Amino acid sequence: MAQTKKTLLTQPLVDNNPITLQVLGICSALAVTSSLQVALVMALAVTAVTGFASMFISVLRNQIPGSIRIIVQMVIIASLVIIVDQVLKAYAYDVSKTLSVFVGLIITNCIVMGRAEAFAMKNPPIDSFIDGVGNGLGYGALLLVVGFIRELFGAGSLFGITIFETVNNGGWYVPNGMLLLPPSAFFIIGLLIWAIRSWKPKQVEEREYKIQTVEGH
Amino acid sequence: MGLRNFFERIEPHFEKGGKYERYFPIYEMVESLVYTPKTVTTAAPHARSYVDMKRIMTYVVLATIPCIIMGLYNVGLQVNSAYETIPVSGWRAAIIDFVGIGFNAANPLANIAHGLMYFIPIYLTTLVVGGIWEVLFATVRRHEVNEGFLVSSMLFALILPPATPLWQVALGISFGVVIGKEVFGGTGKNFLNPALTGRAFLYFAYPAYMSGDTVWTPVDGFSGATALSVSASEGYQALAANGVNWMNSFVGTIQGSIGETSALACLIGLAFLLITKIANWRLVVGCMAGMVGFSLLLNMIGSETNPMFAMPWYWHFVVGGFAFGLVFMVTEPVSASHTNVGRYIYGALIGFMVVMIRVINPAFPEGMMLAILFGNVFAPLIDYFVVQANIKRRARRNA
Repeated sequence: MAQTKKTLLTQPLVDNNPITLQVLGICSALAVTSSLQVALVMALAVTAVTGFASMFISVLRNQIPGSIRIIVQMVIIASLVIIVDQVLKAYAYDVSKTLSVFVGLIITNCIVMGRAEAFAMKNPPIDSFIDGVGNGLGYGALLLVVGFIRELFGAGSLFGITIFETVNNGGWYVPNGMLLLPPSAFFIIGLLIWAIRSWKPKQVEEREYKIQTVEGH
Repeated sequence: MGLRNFFERIEPHFEKGGKYERYFPIYEMVESLVYTPKTVTTAAPHARSYVDMKRIMTYVVLATIPCIIMGLYNVGLQVNSAYETIPVSGWRAAIIDFVGIGFNAANPLANIAHGLMYFIPIYLTTLVVGGIWEVLFATVRRHEVNEGFLVSSMLFALILPPATPLWQVALGISFGVVIGKEVFGGTGKNFLNPALTGRAFLYFAYPAYMSGDTVWTPVDGFSGATALSVSASEGYQALAANGVNWMNSFVGTIQGSIGETSALACLIGLAFLLITKIANWRLVVGCMAGMVGFSLLLNMIGSETNPMFAMPWYWHFVVGGFAFGLVFMVTEPVSASHTNVGRYIYGALIGFMVVMIRVINPAFPEGMMLAILFGNVFAPLIDYFVVQANIKRRARRNA
């Protein structure tokens, strides 16, 4: 599979999106998308971590012994996550408080480990960096779409700015409380996957079962 | 028969190669509504039965009639009683004034008329919006429009509070039909009850409109708690002080969703469904056993702080949505277990969960909706274990 640097960056956005096609990183996508601002910060944090983690792992890929590679990868990812966490605490304290444990949990985000194992261990640093950033952006794009829907219809606002005046403040919009609960992201992501696969039928998985047809006359 | 001729004349246009081939499902829907479906199974095995899907669905709708009538009467009764103290207002009151029926809560006809004013808009919205989704999916996916929707829409309208705004009705039935049924392939493939899925969506999305004290009687400024929320805060003994005794809970003149208040009407529907063998009695027995058993156990355990522990099973039966859910939703054949042993287990699981949610969970005074959805999710698993156990037993026997 010959991939140019451009396709490395653009492929994960829709065609090979880590959430909608590979169904990775769902946990954090449920937890941090109730408002757009938090989703944006999370998207940037994950993009930074996947990009740099893939790059550093790729630099060291020929030195890492195969038997302990997961541990080495974890150390690199964990260090990056700590840096991101500290930066957020220093410059965006409020958002970092809302994200709370989910910044730390970027370590366990399957997308970061997945790219390290599947791509960075076999490819040169620059390509790995682009691939990591691309996957981070693919994750982030979906986060932003889900966050947009949830905040707009769940609270009537975007980035905290009121778009629909809610009933409680004397407006007309009755906020949909379910969209503020994490399970709603399941429905939204599910519907998005449905939409994307109708648009690009190549992504539809083959059925695991076969419906038997009986000969009839 | 002019109508038959008409169908025969237009049919070629809808068949393969015809002008309106795409719209065959719509043609089929209208034709099979008037005449018996003419499609027959082409492949073996052939089982001859006069109870086809169409008849099953029609019978369930017929079974809801007592609930509808009692529901209409009760909504009207509650509204008319509230109007004795609160000034009359709104377009419904204007129509009633115009017709001249009056607001006398002692006159059953006036009550039913007033109830109709609330029920008809909700039911029509459900039918139109849900029907549009049905036809849309049927046309795109090339399957038939099914009578099952008549059941779902009727049940959905009956489990809503009378004060539900119509746009929420539309949203709820859309969610129920699309997410609860059509994404899984349509009627017969839904693992959740579509009407309850829609109701649950509204319950979590707009809790202020689906629970509390002001939604059960659609009169501004009137507040009346359901029997279950009174019991949850003060114990069922306090119900008498609120004017609720066992008999009127049984007959159904209490606060609640449109069709769910009358256990008596539900029992009439149940008798009809059991006699016609539409409902499987094992589900009913299992559910009653689970509910009675667990509430007796809780009565014995007792609690100082939670008055719901003391609620006896015959109260659990008449208040809230238990009777309605038992008759029309637990017995739904598609989302229930399909094996006979599984049906007892499935029913008992729901009966147990209702009491569990009502008594032990402080957040939800009503438990039937969530308990049934919970049971729906477990039904395939129960069937799996029942079938596996049978396979093992037979393997041992023939070893």
